[in-house]
Amino acid sequence: MTQAPVISVRNLVVEFATRRGILRAIDGVSFDIMPGEVLGVVGESGAGKSVTGSAIIGLIEPPGRIAGGEILLHGKRIDNLPAEEMRRIRGRKIAMIFQDPLTSLNPLYRVGEQLIETIQTHTDLSASAARARAIDLLAEVGIPAPERRIDGYPHEFSGGMRQRVVIALALSAEPDFIVADEPTTALDVSVQAQIIQLIKKLCRERGTAVMLVTHDMGVIAETADRVAVMYAGRVAEIGPVRDVVKHPLHPYAKGLMGAIPTLEAEAERLVQIPGSMPRLTNIPKGCAFNPRCERVMDRCRIERPEPSDPKGDLSSGAAIMPGHRVACHLYDGGAK
Amino acid sequence: MSENSKAFVEVRDLKRVFDVSRPWLNRVLEGAPKAWLKAVDGLSFDIRKGETFALVGESGSGKSTVARMAVGLLPVSGGEVTIDGVSMTKVQGSAERQALRKRIQMIFQDPYASLNPRWRVERIIAEPIHAFGLLKGEAVTARIGELLTLVGLHPDDGKKFPHEFSGGQRQRIAIARALASSAEFIVCDEPTSALDVSVQAQILNLMRDLQKEFGLTYLFISHNLAVVRHMADRIGVMYLGRLVEVSTSKQLFSAPRHPYTRMLLDAVPDLAMSGRARVMVAGEIPNPISPPSGCTFHPRCPLANARCKAEAPAMREIPEINGGVACHAVEEGRS
Repeated sequence: MTQAPVISVRNLVVEFATRRGILRAIDGVSFDIMPGEVLGVVGESGAGKSVTGSAIIGLIEPPGRIAGGEILLHGKRIDNLPAEEMRRIRGRKIAMIFQDPLTSLNPLYRVGEQLIETIQTHTDLSASAARARAIDLLAEVGIPAPERRIDGYPHEFSGGMRQRVVIALALSAEPDFIVADEPTTALDVSVQAQIIQLIKKLCRERGTAVMLVTHDMGVIAETADRVAVMYAGRVAEIGPVRDVVKHPLHPYAKGLMGAIPTLEAEAERLVQIPGSMPRLTNIPKGCAFNPRCERVMDRCRIERPEPSDPKGDLSSGAAIMPGHRVACHLYDGGAK
Repeated sequence: MSENSKAFVEVRDLKRVFDVSRPWLNRVLEGAPKAWLKAVDGLSFDIRKGETFALVGESGSGKSTVARMAVGLLPVSGGEVTIDGVSMTKVQGSAERQALRKRIQMIFQDPYASLNPRWRVERIIAEPIHAFGLLKGEAVTARIGELLTLVGLHPDDGKKFPHEFSGGQRQRIAIARALASSAEFIVCDEPTSALDVSVQAQILNLMRDLQKEFGLTYLFISHNLAVVRHMADRIGVMYLGRLVEVSTSKQLFSAPRHPYTRMLLDAVPDLAMSGRARVMVAGEIPNPISPPSGCTFHPRCPLANARCKAEAPAMREIPEINGGVACHAVEEGRS
């Protein structure tokens, strides 16, 4: 790849100080996102997906803190910026779309006022130019009759339309990077499909990079270019979305794909991963997945695997595409 | 499932309206009329013994209202629910009603809200046993242990409180409670939508195992078509309080007939990435207080014509799919 990444995350560590000790919510996560690329981040509750997103936009609040690693925007560190400087980047360069469109809009202000305020904060447009721009944005995200709807209050919009308004808000300063945290989880399938199409289209047309956080593998498969599977605050597997979905390597990723009921396959039983996610206070030594793993080796209990290109035993027999990396001792070529 | 076995649960022309009028004073001052919301509007289906019948549809289609009426948590506005020949809506006498209730249980969506946080698990599970006076003394404790083991928990877990369990384990407790009265008909309202996928797989597998073991009959409510496909023998697709298509699971997914069913299937994100063509449907479910005329789906339907705008289609039975379709376009062969 000749392009420079929009966002680079290097060995990110996020910790929360609690009465019961320090919780490591994110433990050594690294990835890059290129312009126009959608990186999907999947994992179950507590895997650290949302915390990663919050860390990038600088919204980790005490008692949480970034305890290690760096976050680079266009090659410049942003994780150690003073709050005031970060505030200026947030919104203009990096925007966020949250899960619940009702709570991310102020119910007491008209949709237009919220859009115009955001536009004027980040650009020096006049009030009337900002209003025209707000109408353009609403039209772009597919809201019918935007010149009329701009004066509506959030409660006058349906769930899907509200999420479109939130997307318009995120786009208002033409950011280079958007963190979308479960943008379709609160929506019905037919509306979800419309929102996914919209996000894809905007990425393509504007070259915006997106980090799409969701627990829904189907949404990732439809939208993302690459996917990172997270487990207990670590990246278990990362790679091109087709490759990871069709030929998962990590035992956790395999289990996760098998556990999802699909429209096509008629399985008598779903794959079941024994046990449950470890508590953050009590993450196992070595590989975090080792107590639930069917193919656990002695080494997994002691030594933590790092994401690397898979070698050796590729049981699926599939050709692994470049950039598909997995954090598992099964694939480091050494142990059988 | 043999074709001619008798229906265990019969739902006939079920209706429910909610009064959504403004307060009396506002109506008087503003001259506003009373407003009614038809949440469920003439629903009929059968479930045979040991079968899983699923209701799917988007939010606001009335799935959960049907579930609540089927267990008697919500009085019906019209129509009838009959379970094993006994009409639940017209049942006379408390003894008969108790006997019927014992056979019906419900599993709710949110296992954090459906278990009393102040009660120990053993008390939660014992509640149906005591309510119906099934067992006494030592036998109750033994039964609780047995039920906990059945759902994959340890008998000692009965001493704990719900907050000590994860979401999946709580849903197991809810299932144990549903089984405590040896219920035959279990209504599951989105039982796994609050759970992570790996936990969802565990719960769905457990529900299927229990169904096989005890011959349970499920009414399964979900908005997730993939989950429904995995669980159900037959499926009813709801739109704005009406059934638009009832079909066997196999037929529904291989050859959907109603345009709304096709749209729903098309909208599901495709994990297999087979690259199938999508028909994007614009619009959202309309306001149920003033539903569209005729077929309520016509504003979003690619096949709608003048007849669809004027006349509501009736459910026409199609024996080969063990159900039927309510659509003028399908009937006229325009689809």
